[in-house]
Amino acid sequence: MKKLLFVLAILLFVASLSVAATRVAFVYVSPVGDGGYTFMHDQGRLYLEEALGEDVVVDIIESVPEGAEAESVFRGYAQRGYDIIFGTSFGYMDSMVKVSKQFPKTIFMHCSGYKTTDNMGVYFGRMYQPRFLSGLVAGAMTKSNIIGYVAAYPIPEVIRGINAFALGVSYVNPEAKIHVVWSNTWFDPTLEKDAAISLLDIGADVIAQHQDSAAPQQAAEERGVMSIGYNSDMSAFAPNAFLAAPIWAWGPYYVKAVQDVQNGTWTNEPYWGGIEDELVDIVMSDLVPAGVANLVYAMRESIIKNQFHPFQGPIYDQDGNLRYAEGEMASDEELLSMDWFVSNVVGRLQ
Amino acid sequence: MNDALSFIVATLHATVRAGTPLLFAVLGTIFTERSGIMNLGLEGIMLIGAIGGFVVSYNTSNLLLAILVAMIAGAILGLVHAFFTVTLKINQIVSGLAITMLGSGISGLWGKDYIGVVAERFETISIPLLSDIPVIGRILFQHDLLVYISLLAVPLMWFFIYKTRGGMTLRAVGEAPEAADARGINVFFIRYLYTIIGGSITAIGGAYLSLAYNSMWIENMTAGRGWIAIALVLFATWDPYKALLGAYLFGGITALGLRMQAVGTHIPPDFLKMLPYLLTIVVLFFTSTDTLKRKVGAPATLGVPYSREDRT
Repeated sequence: MKKLLFVLAILLFVASLSVAATRVAFVYVSPVGDGGYTFMHDQGRLYLEEALGEDVVVDIIESVPEGAEAESVFRGYAQRGYDIIFGTSFGYMDSMVKVSKQFPKTIFMHCSGYKTTDNMGVYFGRMYQPRFLSGLVAGAMTKSNIIGYVAAYPIPEVIRGINAFALGVSYVNPEAKIHVVWSNTWFDPTLEKDAAISLLDIGADVIAQHQDSAAPQQAAEERGVMSIGYNSDMSAFAPNAFLAAPIWAWGPYYVKAVQDVQNGTWTNEPYWGGIEDELVDIVMSDLVPAGVANLVYAMRESIIKNQFHPFQGPIYDQDGNLRYAEGEMASDEELLSMDWFVSNVVGRLQ
Repeated sequence: MNDALSFIVATLHATVRAGTPLLFAVLGTIFTERSGIMNLGLEGIMLIGAIGGFVVSYNTSNLLLAILVAMIAGAILGLVHAFFTVTLKINQIVSGLAITMLGSGISGLWGKDYIGVVAERFETISIPLLSDIPVIGRILFQHDLLVYISLLAVPLMWFFIYKTRGGMTLRAVGEAPEAADARGINVFFIRYLYTIIGGSITAIGGAYLSLAYNSMWIENMTAGRGWIAIALVLFATWDPYKALLGAYLFGGITALGLRMQAVGTHIPPDFLKMLPYLLTIVVLFFTSTDTLKRKVGAPATLGVPYSREDRT
């Protein structure tokens, strides 16, 4: 009898949980173990669980390929009554649009896309802000004036990042050039490292990256030069090379998004958070001299106060055309569809 | 001119490094397939080698022990494959695919606690005198220990396969197991043995990625190299020297593609990315039919289980 009561109590407890708690699902494109992009989203997920405790029940699924498989994963969560489903890869966009129309009571949140529906919102970060700041560091520190940049795919997000970085470099060092090597993968540490080595071989003394793994950082460390990371503080991988990294901090945003849904204040208004929203930021190591660090902090303040925009003119492209005149600045729309390089980038886009 | 030379030397140096993990995987699999067992589980075996080696190197800083554990891990997967294909006579392709999934799953699970940490790595050892030779010295003799081992393994393996009694036994089992059996060779034992040995050598290829090329573990860090290696075994027509050629050819295309970009040459990156796979398809085409396979020297009973009852 006692046993039965105990079981009943547990069942009631579980039942009450499932009624009260908001059910949240995260769908990741790569394993949490990528140590980069997905890892940082998962850190945000842990922050969410920590912050909201029993108010949320969270499930995650890793390594979901874009396309048909993603669609069935989203449908599965919706059918099982999840309240909010976060999809963190650009390629999930059309699957989420489709499934969101079939499950109007479920909220779908898509990271990095541009399509919304009545119950599907989009969110992303103004990573170009800290990338510009990291460019200041690279431009100030380079001696050879050759800066290497290992990049994943020539899509607007990555191109925007390279340009923001290059503008940061030229802000402090108009002589320096940014050499770009495309790896054409989000995820192949060995290839990423070799890409970095190919840049070191042509005399680069700072290696920056738009890749998930810390392999390019290690290449710089082994060659005794400097590096700019991405996603998270990568100093553990390259203690003598790592200068700075633009980083993600998803936690507070995920808490806010879930609370908005719980409070009924959620809207499908696109969200593009910057340093001012604490969604992105820059970390710097002790290797950055105080003078440079102070400049970075000052520019960071200007960006937060909206007194400075990394993409404000005059900005010239590679062919010498004036893209933004003095006083002009790029609109969000232009930033989101960027397909050209600024003048101090070496390497071509098709 | 000097710039051009240093560009070529740097590219070839990178070629050797990029080709080495493939070379280990191909050499190991040549052993396995020479005995008549087809193995498509390379990706899984490399991954288990990568994590097995990394765990030991992280915890003990002993790189030789790390390689040993990587080899044991690979040997265990080889044993599993042998059990399914030799004893249970399960379809070798299915078993190989299962080994890939098993290896990738286990390595992911095993590696959960090793994300974001750095361990010891095989440092570059410049070989005295040889490394001072202009051009060649830089390309071949300024690498880590595993590269030298792989280079030594090629002629040794060739000699073993073609010039020793053991090699003859191995080939006999792959070519004509009935005849080998009639001569008193234990076909089952030989197939077990070389599937296990093949697994352990393949695993070194994976360990090379986490212990030499990089010094960290990342889930699925082989990123498809196991699959390329499978095609390279065909390309090499089960010959260690051609394996060396194939592995360096693939490594070279990758290295060249990255370096062309670094100096600002405009080649569509997609095209370069495609090249190794295009080459794979060409190779598969030329080894596609049974007649062609026989011509290039494929083991006659590759993929065919052996059982005494079937003898006629």
